[in-house]
Amino acid sequence: MSQTAKRLRYVLKRLLQALPIILAIIIVNFFLLHMAEGDAVDVLAGEAGSATPEYMAELRKKFGLDQPLPVQLLVYLKNVITLDLGYSFRHDMPVLDLVLDRFVPTLLLMVSTIILAVGVGIILGLLAATGLNSWRDTLISVFALVTYATPLFWVGLMFIVVFALNLGWFPTSGMENIAMFYEGWDRYWDIAHHLVLPTITLSLFYLALYTRLMRASMLEQAGMDYVTTARAKGLTERRIMFVHVLRNALLPVVTMAGVQVGALIGGSVIVESVFAWPGLGMLAFESLFARDVNLLLGIFLLSAMLVVAVNLIVDIIYSWLDPRIEVE
Amino acid sequence: MRLLEIRNLHVCLPEGSERAHAVEAVDLDLAPNEILCIVGESGSGKSLTARAVMGLLPKPHVRVVDGTIEMDGEDLVSASDARMRDIRGSAISMIFQEPMTALNPVMSIGDQIDEVFRFHVSMGRRERRERALALLEDVHLPDPEYIMRAYPHELSGGQRQRAMIAMALALDPKILIADEPTTALDVTTQAQILKLIKEMQAAHNTGVLFITHDFGVVADIADRVAVMQFGKLVETGTADEVLNNPRHPYTQALIAAVPSLTPRPPRGQSAQPVLQIDSLIKTFRSGGGILGFGGGERIVKAVDDVTLELRRGETLGIVGESGSGKSTVARCIVRLVDADSGRILLNGTDLNGLGRAEMRPFRSSIQMMFQDPFASLNPRTRVGKIIMQGPLLQGVPATEAQAKARELLSIVGLDDRAYDRFPHEFSGGQRQRIGIARALALDPDVLVADEPVSALDVSIQAQILKLLDEIRERMSLSMIFITHDLRVAAQVCDRLAVMRNGEIVETGATAEVFKDPQASYTKELLAAVPGQNWRSA
Repeated sequence: MSQTAKRLRYVLKRLLQALPIILAIIIVNFFLLHMAEGDAVDVLAGEAGSATPEYMAELRKKFGLDQPLPVQLLVYLKNVITLDLGYSFRHDMPVLDLVLDRFVPTLLLMVSTIILAVGVGIILGLLAATGLNSWRDTLISVFALVTYATPLFWVGLMFIVVFALNLGWFPTSGMENIAMFYEGWDRYWDIAHHLVLPTITLSLFYLALYTRLMRASMLEQAGMDYVTTARAKGLTERRIMFVHVLRNALLPVVTMAGVQVGALIGGSVIVESVFAWPGLGMLAFESLFARDVNLLLGIFLLSAMLVVAVNLIVDIIYSWLDPRIEVE
Repeated sequence: MRLLEIRNLHVCLPEGSERAHAVEAVDLDLAPNEILCIVGESGSGKSLTARAVMGLLPKPHVRVVDGTIEMDGEDLVSASDARMRDIRGSAISMIFQEPMTALNPVMSIGDQIDEVFRFHVSMGRRERRERALALLEDVHLPDPEYIMRAYPHELSGGQRQRAMIAMALALDPKILIADEPTTALDVTTQAQILKLIKEMQAAHNTGVLFITHDFGVVADIADRVAVMQFGKLVETGTADEVLNNPRHPYTQALIAAVPSLTPRPPRGQSAQPVLQIDSLIKTFRSGGGILGFGGGERIVKAVDDVTLELRRGETLGIVGESGSGKSTVARCIVRLVDADSGRILLNGTDLNGLGRAEMRPFRSSIQMMFQDPFASLNPRTRVGKIIMQGPLLQGVPATEAQAKARELLSIVGLDDRAYDRFPHEFSGGQRQRIGIARALALDPDVLVADEPVSALDVSIQAQILKLLDEIRERMSLSMIFITHDLRVAAQVCDRLAVMRNGEIVETGATAEVFKDPQASYTKELLAAVPGQNWRSA
């Protein structure tokens, strides 16, 4: 079988394997959310101020909340199969539309953050390792230590103060300037402009992590036997570092990055609220307080699918970087 | 004419090391078409001498402080980095001990050979490829096209070393440095690689600096021999002079420590069996996975229907190459691994299938000794406690166990002060003694020793074997001795079982197996032992 056909088969197999995982995630989340006290009706009634018990019971009946839990679960599962994620009474919109609408900004923020954190982290780690114990190494290590130890929300606020308010280089919040009614390239440019500060803020912590990991990994690989062989072949130090050591040193960084994508969604809640970025994290945060169980389940489902997809991509990158890992 | 002249070479060690110089006042000469073996035990400075020639010392702490290394009249010690890069890989090249780690795991063999051409000569892509294919053909690798595309992990150990040799010979170097190139290989593969090195060296008129600790290999391959001890050269001469008529006492001691291939006379033994192994089967599975999504399952029959008998007071050797299943048999016997089926009868009780608690009373009867003295002792536990732990678990009072541990330390030839020390304070040989003491602490009937001396230098190996012999007599132990080294087996074992691919191909009294091997595989193994014609007395 050719390599491409093998890869394709592998992807299909992994997607099939993901189905039971996602099902399990739905079920666990469903029961977890229902274990919390109160439901959407309590919140609605509380906000209205003067709801009678009869009216609340009627509402519950209307939302299907009076049914026993297992029945509610089955109904939910049946709906999910037909891509109906239910209705958010809070936002008065179908959950699917709501979630998809917020999905794009989140994906945008996530992808740009990963690229920035992994890319710059690898470069900085490489620079530090190649100039071991020089001023360059010290500078990079100190930078990594400081960013590693600084809280995200504080960095976000400082960025707004310095770069948005004082210098006026970047907008303070939001994803685009809706009032300008930009179209085409102007709109993309506007969004990219808005994206800069949130991306840098969110990526700083991970950047520091990957810098340190890459530096350690490079140093570990530099002591391996095959490096001595490469020297014995008369290769230049440049070739040894950038071809032999680099590719081997990348492996742990890629592994780590794959694991952390899930954590990134969680971490983005803070950044999204600081910069008023209309992403999934913000939506999840709001719906948690509104006891909007349908919406929360929808967000969890989408996040789970995202993590599964990213893991698959990481595994494929990994098999491409390391021939010892076979996709089969 | 001389190809390489080393004069008064001094290589320093980092400050605070055991000695100031790793290599001290070494003079060596290498002529074209000559194989010079540098022999010595670990720490003798033989490898660093070779690295100094290559300009590959781990600078700045380890460097040449005095002396010259001249190749065709050019001094390599004072040569610039750029000049040394030119020389490495073209005029002088090197092969290493462990071909798995010496090759880049994520680069194909073809690319790794190609690099040598790219960095030393200007040649078109196609021409480089043809040259590489021809090289692989020269070192007798099957299907060179496939090998070019393959990654190191897809080749066997012998194939990898052949690929390394092809890479080293790519530009027809004047000098080839081989640093223990066959130590990590099986004995039959070793014989093939040695033959290949000789063949290549004769065809290309190469001067070979061959570093080894194994006198058998020296006898097979060397034209001249240099013996090193503690960084100094103690003796040089032709292979015949040094091997058959050594002058320096250290060389004499080293050669005396090499076990002879002539089996020692069999001892009188009882016919009463202590341990019987009956149709033992162990299969390893990997892959598979839940719901049948996991793809192809790999099944390896590590032990395939093995039947053995260990008689009281005898030493039974299990010999075979790597992957033959000899270690798995040992692990099944001490119940570190559960066998799939078969019986393990210890004095008539079947141990296979006993649960943890049921097994406990029998644990003390069978004890194990491991190969790697560095990995098999807990680095955070004091030696005394390591020895006591077994008896304490079996319910022996603490004071009694303590006294016993101290007694055992003196039996295995260690100072009483060893009791309160940590394992890292001891040398490899001393640690192996601690391992023996630990195994003996429970007064076992049967001792299973898995390659107990193969990580040790030859002189230390001789001491440990002698110690095992004494203890066996003193405590009337029955022993299962697993080894890949037929020389050791000849000196230790009363009977031999030869294993291959999980099966026993031959059993018999050691002397008989050596004199008149029945299975063709046994004949092959015996024929591959290096240095057979030397010291056959």
